Amino acid sequence: MDILENISQSLQNGEPDTVAELTGKALDDGVPVKELLHKGLLSGMEVVGERFKAHEIFLPDVLLAAKAMYAGMEVLKPLMVGEEAATSGTVVIGTVQGDLHDIGKNLVGIMLRGAGFNVVDLGKDVPPERFIEEAQRTGARVIGMSALLTTTMPVMGLVVNLARERGLLGKVKIIVGGAPLSDEYAQQIGADAYCFDGMNAVDCVKGFLGIN
Amino acid sequence: MRPLLDRLSDGEVLLADGAMGTMLFASGLKPGQCPEKVNLDRPQLLRQIASLYLDAGSDIISTNTFGGSPLKLAQYDLDDRIEEINATAVRAAREAVGDDAYVAASIGPCGRLLEPYGDTSPDIVAEGFRRQIKAVVAEGVDAVFIETMTDLTEATLAIKAARDISPTIPVSATMTFDITSKGFYTIMGVSVEQACQNLADAGTDIIGSNCGNGIENMVKIAAEFAKHSSLPVIIQSNAGLPDISGGTTVYAESPDFMAARCCQLLDLGVRIIGGCCGTTPEHIAAFRKTINDRLGIEK
Repeated sequence: MDILENISQSLQNGEPDTVAELTGKALDDGVPVKELLHKGLLSGMEVVGERFKAHEIFLPDVLLAAKAMYAGMEVLKPLMVGEEAATSGTVVIGTVQGDLHDIGKNLVGIMLRGAGFNVVDLGKDVPPERFIEEAQRTGARVIGMSALLTTTMPVMGLVVNLARERGLLGKVKIIVGGAPLSDEYAQQIGADAYCFDGMNAVDCVKGFLGIN
Repeated sequence: MRPLLDRLSDGEVLLADGAMGTMLFASGLKPGQCPEKVNLDRPQLLRQIASLYLDAGSDIISTNTFGGSPLKLAQYDLDDRIEEINATAVRAAREAVGDDAYVAASIGPCGRLLEPYGDTSPDIVAEGFRRQIKAVVAEGVDAVFIETMTDLTEATLAIKAARDISPTIPVSATMTFDITSKGFYTIMGVSVEQACQNLADAGTDIIGSNCGNGIENMVKIAAEFAKHSSLPVIIQSNAGLPDISGGTTVYAESPDFMAARCCQLLDLGVRIIGGCCGTTPEHIAAFRKTINDRLGIEK
């Protein structure tokens, strides 16, 4: 089997050590960093995403694959320069103020990183102002907000309003997610999209940034 | 009171209670506040809720300890008060119901993902469950209800923790399933069949599902449990899925709607029926009537 396929397969199997080892070996063999990243790691994650969406595999498999992805990325990072070093874009994420539920938000972070995005995770109980400040500071293209409580959801609307005041709306896309959320609610508060799970968030962000 | 498991093995159908969180929010709990802090601040409220469910006809009353594991309480810097928080909840329920109902300790997920796919060591999770369950058992609960689990490993750790603390206390373990194009699975990918096998192996006495679905899907889930398990089955359905379109959380399924479908649960041999999110004492009273009418007819 081609070493790139091998890396992709080990990543799909959720084997961080093997992925790191094979990535190192491929580098020694002269495989370009960019090719390793796209045809090995990211293409493996792509398959994982598709299989997750088809309910052939579940969350634990995706999380293990993401760990394997990181392991490969760690090997590549020191060698990434210029265009190669540029990630697919920065996404600022967090659980909104008043809400301490962060499992869903963490999953979104893991999956976005797994898809090659630079993720700035602000944690939980994040005030509206911080989403905006961090997005501006990091030049983020997307803000992702999570809420598990019906009573904390309205904070998302405050962040959208704040983004509008600062002239960020349109430049920075805003995605929302969490158990009580819906497409309608996202529209109502003026967010750009509602994402029903982590993989859906990845697709959404890719769509916004024009990545296929 | 006769031991709970004896009554189940005699073929009785028992009625559990409805939602705790829904009642707490209706009584002023604010979002972002720790639901278990009520145990320290307003034990009187817990007695009131227990009394409402007892009056509605519940045979089993759950404690307000769903998030009472140290990992969960640590989010609110309350983990050093875990024993007190869990003990006061049991005491409040017992004071309200005396010997008229069983008091079951609610044990929910720890809120963390386990290694290797998550970041939390199973040993820490197990130790947390042991600490919580020790506190409720010491206070004299009649059963341990492990609820809303999605991860088989975590559910197994909780069951084993209960067995470590007390080899004889009745243990119930329920998981939350989602409908997918390939059938019912928990978010962590556990099928009903896998749950039946593994939870029984871990030593649970009662098995089933709570939360995540309205009554119609719960009937389908119950049918799968009936097919794959020989243990007594417990089903605690939500009153539908929450609808927040009006700005407040509304659960659509009425007491009558749900109670009518409890007949199907009885037909499937479900032995403990109760409610989860959105169900109220009115729902439980309607379930009581359905169960009594049905069992009366059969007698």
